[in-house]
Amino acid sequence: MFYREAGDFKTSYVDDSQTFPIKFDRYRYYVVLLIAFAIVPFVINDYWVNAVFLPFLIYSIAAIGLNILVGYCGQVSLGTGGFMAVGAYAVYKLMTGFPEVSIFFHVIAAGGITAIVCVLFGLPSLRIKGFYLAVATLAAQFFLVWLFNRVPWFYNYSASGQISAPEREIFGVAVTGAETLPWAAYLFCLVFCAASAILARNLTRGMAGRKWMAIRDMDIAAEIIGVDPLRAKLSAFAISGFFVGLSGALFFAVYLGAVEVGEAFGINKSFLVLFMVIIGGLGSIFGSFAGAAFLVLLPVLLKNVLVGTLGWPTDLAAHLEFMIVGGLIVVFLIAEPHGLAQLWRVAKEKLRLWPFPH
Amino acid sequence: MPEQFIWGIEVFLNGLMAGVLYALVALGFVLIYKASGIFNYAQGVMALFAALTLVGIMEGQVPFSHLINATFGTEIHHFGWHVPAFAAILLTMVVMIALAWVVNTLIFKHLVNQEPIILFMATIGLAYFLEGFGDMMWGSDIKTLNVGLPQGINPVIDEVTYNIFDYGFFIDNLDIVATVIAAALVFTLIVFAQYTKQGRAMRAVADDHQAALSVGISLNFIWVMVWSLAGFVALVAGIMWGTKSGVQFSLSLIALKALPVLMLGGFTSIPGAIVGGLLIGVGEKLFEFAIGAPYLGGATEIWFAYVLALIFLVFRPQGLFGEKIIERV
Repeated sequence: MFYREAGDFKTSYVDDSQTFPIKFDRYRYYVVLLIAFAIVPFVINDYWVNAVFLPFLIYSIAAIGLNILVGYCGQVSLGTGGFMAVGAYAVYKLMTGFPEVSIFFHVIAAGGITAIVCVLFGLPSLRIKGFYLAVATLAAQFFLVWLFNRVPWFYNYSASGQISAPEREIFGVAVTGAETLPWAAYLFCLVFCAASAILARNLTRGMAGRKWMAIRDMDIAAEIIGVDPLRAKLSAFAISGFFVGLSGALFFAVYLGAVEVGEAFGINKSFLVLFMVIIGGLGSIFGSFAGAAFLVLLPVLLKNVLVGTLGWPTDLAAHLEFMIVGGLIVVFLIAEPHGLAQLWRVAKEKLRLWPFPH
Repeated sequence: MPEQFIWGIEVFLNGLMAGVLYALVALGFVLIYKASGIFNYAQGVMALFAALTLVGIMEGQVPFSHLINATFGTEIHHFGWHVPAFAAILLTMVVMIALAWVVNTLIFKHLVNQEPIILFMATIGLAYFLEGFGDMMWGSDIKTLNVGLPQGINPVIDEVTYNIFDYGFFIDNLDIVATVIAAALVFTLIVFAQYTKQGRAMRAVADDHQAALSVGISLNFIWVMVWSLAGFVALVAGIMWGTKSGVQFSLSLIALKALPVLMLGGFTSIPGAIVGGLLIGVGEKLFEFAIGAPYLGGATEIWFAYVLALIFLVFRPQGLFGEKIIERV
């Protein structure tokens, strides 16, 4: 009834090619943005920010990055944890090396550095494909984590081998360090998250995204119709690396504050982000958000129900969480290989016909 | 003879032994991959699960005791009996076959004809599930596994090498046993694949599912069989690694060690798995000895195998013994 194109007349090319062509979708999007920027910061407290919102926003950025690589370009990467570590250490070195520059630029520069590293490790993708490549990206994961563990220059020769974020401000409000207020950290991440989503969405709609998808669907055919596989694959690695680097930088600087590399950016992190992409939906920006929300909320929910209500020991709850996450992956792959995003798409199709389905 | 050189030989020998264990895990991957085109990431977790089950049965642990205690407030842990190692291994094998059947029926039957990468991700999901399930069933504490395999320094080699080089080599008995068992296992598997009816059927399925189906081979049976075989290899690997370093979570990470072995040897080749395993075992130990420990701060074993495989793949994408990749539009 209210969700359809009918009656919404497009009078210019700009109107015609906008992200949300349906009026209802467009307003829903504005409402979501309004709530996220103008209402949530006033009502959240410390627990909600640290348990739900910060991880959700940061993982969303990482999932968007990985989705570009895996979902749009078809290059499976298991090195996300390692690339997030690059972002984290880059922002740490920049923050300590150039304290007079705003942290905003540090985070972006960290994304850029990660993009370069990601392209380096993406070079083999020109020769090898499929899970050979997936295994090859594990080399990045292990090598990078080892590097940050073993070379003292990266952690500024600190005795513990950890890195911890110094206090930094934006417009006089602390966004990193112990003094940070919940809403400041939230808004700082939200800005990056929203910008990443808009950027990624428009990239994937444009020429770059179509080239990636052509490569994903069949690289030889894509090459024949004139897509340069070198540039398409490496640009996917670069852009994916940029987003993953952003999320790694925020994960360290804003969310955790202090990081031990093997613990925070181990192989499990790579799998976690990959699971978000699978459960959310390969090749969908909305799916990245849905997957991140799902896998951030699930442990919180399980913990509250099992430990809080039923009184189970935490280790049992952790085991159950493993079982549920693993089971869900399998169920999703069997029942809905396109993830939550596909459910959303189906729902929208239904809505378009509602209330007269015939 | 210079000391460095003698130490080098010792490192080389130890690398060879470690390589055999890698090859053992890689073998499980190759079996499943050849027969069903599934790259089974869960192989390492299967080894962990097999070892956990074996210890649990031997010690007479009550399955899910932790869960039962937490739910009903009881205090049960053990049945109070001990099962001899041989019987426990047989029982574990039964469990692994049951697992193979369940995995095939519930998961991979529904994923026939999907892309390899989807199947791969499904096995990652399976690995997570199995890890949680194993811990839930038997508890996540570190357990010692002792099925009566010899351990410790081999005195004969120590003495002989001492007489020759004036320096006794340290070679673990367990490694020698593992080498012998792995060799026997490979030999058996090759004989099985080449000369038995089921083995032939397995190879037929690997070649072409539809053609195999049309001549009357039951795909389901073959897949369950292959997963059981992989379960058996996982059990052997689990016993070896479990005896060596205790049954604990890190056991499942041997899958990660086997991946570069596979890339080097090629996913479809049993000899490739062996040669790849030996190359990586020797390579990483020698690299750590010669370059890693003195110049790079040590612990290079974590990534060396991957980087080696990566560089290698750039020049030969199908691995050492893999079938040539032909692509058509």
